[in-house]
Amino acid sequence: MKKNAFSNRVLTQRLGFSLLTLVALFTVIPILAVIAYIVAQGAPAISWEFLAGFPREGMRAGGILPAIVGTFYLTLGTAIFSVPLGVAAAIYLAEYARENWLTRLIRIAIINLAGIPSVVYGLFGLGLFVFFLRFGTSLLSASLTLSIMTLPVIISAAEEALRAVPQAFRTVSVSLGGTRWQTIRRIVLPQALPGIITGVILGLERAAGETAPILFTGAAFFLPRLPNSPFDATMALPYHLFVVSTQVPEMPIQIQYGTALVLIAFVLGMNLIATVIRSRARAKRQW
Amino acid sequence: MKCFIFFTLLLVFLSSCGPAASQSISSTQASTYIENKGSDTIVNLALAWAERYQSEHPEVSISVTGGGSGTGIAALLNGTVDIANASRQIKPEEMQEAQSKGINPVEYIIARDAIAVIVNPENPVKELTLQQLSDIYSGKINNWRGVGGEDRPIVRLSRETNSGTHVYFLETVLRLGEKNSKTLFSTDTLLLPSSEGIINEVRQNPNAIGYDGLGYVPKDLKMIAIARQPSDSYVLPSIATVNDNSYPIARDLYMYTAGKPNGAVAAYLDWIMHSDEAQAIVAELGFVPIK
Amino acid sequence: MDKSLSWREYVITRAIKASGYSAIVFVALIFYFLLHDGLPALSEVPLADLLGQRWYPIENYFSILPLITGTLIVTLGAMLVAIPLGIGTAVFIAEIAPRWTRDILKPLVELLGGLPSVVLGFLGILILAPFLRVFLNLPTGLTALAGSLLLGGIAIPTIVSIAEDALDAVPQSYREGAWAIGATRWQTIWRVTLPAARSGVLTAVMLGLGRAIGETMAVMMATGNAPVLAVKLTSLFSPVRTMTATIAAEMGEVASGSVHYHVLFFIGLVLFLISLAVNVAASAVVFRQKKRAERVLS
Repeated sequence: MKKNAFSNRVLTQRLGFSLLTLVALFTVIPILAVIAYIVAQGAPAISWEFLAGFPREGMRAGGILPAIVGTFYLTLGTAIFSVPLGVAAAIYLAEYARENWLTRLIRIAIINLAGIPSVVYGLFGLGLFVFFLRFGTSLLSASLTLSIMTLPVIISAAEEALRAVPQAFRTVSVSLGGTRWQTIRRIVLPQALPGIITGVILGLERAAGETAPILFTGAAFFLPRLPNSPFDATMALPYHLFVVSTQVPEMPIQIQYGTALVLIAFVLGMNLIATVIRSRARAKRQW
Repeated sequence: MKCFIFFTLLLVFLSSCGPAASQSISSTQASTYIENKGSDTIVNLALAWAERYQSEHPEVSISVTGGGSGTGIAALLNGTVDIANASRQIKPEEMQEAQSKGINPVEYIIARDAIAVIVNPENPVKELTLQQLSDIYSGKINNWRGVGGEDRPIVRLSRETNSGTHVYFLETVLRLGEKNSKTLFSTDTLLLPSSEGIINEVRQNPNAIGYDGLGYVPKDLKMIAIARQPSDSYVLPSIATVNDNSYPIARDLYMYTAGKPNGAVAAYLDWIMHSDEAQAIVAELGFVPIK
Repeated sequence: MDKSLSWREYVITRAIKASGYSAIVFVALIFYFLLHDGLPALSEVPLADLLGQRWYPIENYFSILPLITGTLIVTLGAMLVAIPLGIGTAVFIAEIAPRWTRDILKPLVELLGGLPSVVLGFLGILILAPFLRVFLNLPTGLTALAGSLLLGGIAIPTIVSIAEDALDAVPQSYREGAWAIGATRWQTIWRVTLPAARSGVLTAVMLGLGRAIGETMAVMMATGNAPVLAVKLTSLFSPVRTMTATIAAEMGEVASGSVHYHVLFFIGLVLFLISLAVNVAASAVVFRQKKRAERVLS
């Protein structure tokens, strides 16, 4: 075949595409490998006792129930504080705000909140909730800290979901005599709900997996019983993984992998739920 | 509608108690709650004690947290714990800080501990003097050849600066007990956030040297025999050598309370220091009982 | 009936407006607390000491330089890994992969983004560090390199996600125009599509950078935490200590109000300002690109 400029370009393209395919594989395969490895190593540790029992023998045996319950409470607490505030803020941005300098400032603030390192949130939570407001090392301090951290995620996702609702919906409602709030509450919000829920779940997923913000605001090494008030400290899965992998001598490796497995199952489970809601909503969408 | 549900949940959650409930011991409730925090060296011992004590006294709940001796003392000063665990004595600055807050820390010796120096089982070196140890950690000796070993770089492992073990090692080994010495750890010393990290690294890395409380060293790791002077005999750490003072790197372990304790805390401390059971647990975990 | 309705409407509208401003309130509050508890460090520690050689707080050596260089070198390494892999994967997903592959890959990469950093740190100590030690014949595997690889893994999903969205948003007409004049798909990607998506891709990289700088647990577990001044290229292969790991490791031990406490908050302040700078730069890039696009189209 005669070599010409065109066939050179085709050759370059073939090489380039192969290279990029390799790159993508190189990125994706480690993800699968990591998850598969943890599942393989951690599965033997999973038993009813592990999931529902308390730690024994200096946490080298028994279960991790307090950590699981603690993470559940923290996620719930985060949701309670961040969801109403975040959704309301998103409604403001999508439905009420005018494009002026104030709105730009709010958006910059949101982007910045999203970028603040998680350990700085921990410092802030320590200074404000633990010391200044005297909540102490507690579920409350940790949840509040996590909620401020989750806020930007929820606001962004909710705003996007609200904006995706076609303007026609709002126009029709107003033309039938609805006020702005009535329109939002009865028409726009329900339509945007799947998108908002997806965003909320993804935000909470991140909150559930974070360690640094709860290190000094709520996490405890060992508690003999489950927390029964928001002012109690709590064990939590991410911190517990840190503890069993670095702080306790002669910790059976199975418990370490088992804890890691439960943590990623919790987190990825939430991810899966969010993805399912998102795709089903997309299918049922009325526009 | 969503807002309504959330606010109701919030109210229910918050109304179930008030802030005073779990600050410290609340004598109005049937069960008492003791907060115990501090040294990572002591944390597993404290946990074992807590477990045994709670099984015999079900009306008492004890929560145990690590974080380092500095963390425990800081928490005591901040008023957030009942008992602070420390593997070093309270520093003069901390004492000052305490007094400025109106707190008078009371010290109790609850066990004794040897600091074992560990190396990888493949490492041929088995004895060192305190001076050699000091030179290794301060950066003067960088290769195992310098102490009679193989031609390998020395990787120094240490606990974090908030650890009482770290401070004790600094004062007793690096500075050889001299109050005015300014010797410091070499900057490339790895400051690992836990004892277990040190154990793991020493276990897999033939270049590594680390130190840790005797209670943390598993049987498969190699401990170095230490001599105070080259002319003394080299001694391995054990309960016997700590009690007769022949092992040069041994120390007391402490618990501090804010002022003299009473009620459940006093009973717990008494059990720890004076009961055979508690001191048997000390020996079981590799520490040295105080009797 | 009408009156109570409009009163309710008024209250709700006010509440929503207040929520809207909440983001600004929180950023200001965080900034205030960091300033309040961090600035005293500047008066308590002489500037020469803050920029000295050693970080050893229990003996009052408070130089933050080793920590800053530690963060920089780990982040630099992370970006060297994350940018090629991230952009390459994004291009692959957006431009080369068939539809069915796309639908699998995109959620998969998002999955990695959800992995908690403590899990990656955990694997870092158990698997990555020993591997690096043996493979590269290093004294220890707990190094800046280990941290960089883990951080790269954490930053990649962010970069892929946003860059892929940006590439996807480039109108098909751009590509078709290029093909119409005889360009291959490869040439189109690099000379037309990617430049058109430039601002989005840059944003992706900056956000990935922000994530890498702010990461705590993975670096605390895997970098060895030795406060060396990491200024040589070979420092990548030695243990380092990052700003974030320092705060996490030492915050628990400080008595509130002590010098050490203030210095740790000061470090937090520095981190806050760095992430502020990165984010402002990212949004400035987007803004400038938008303005240019408006000029071109008008």
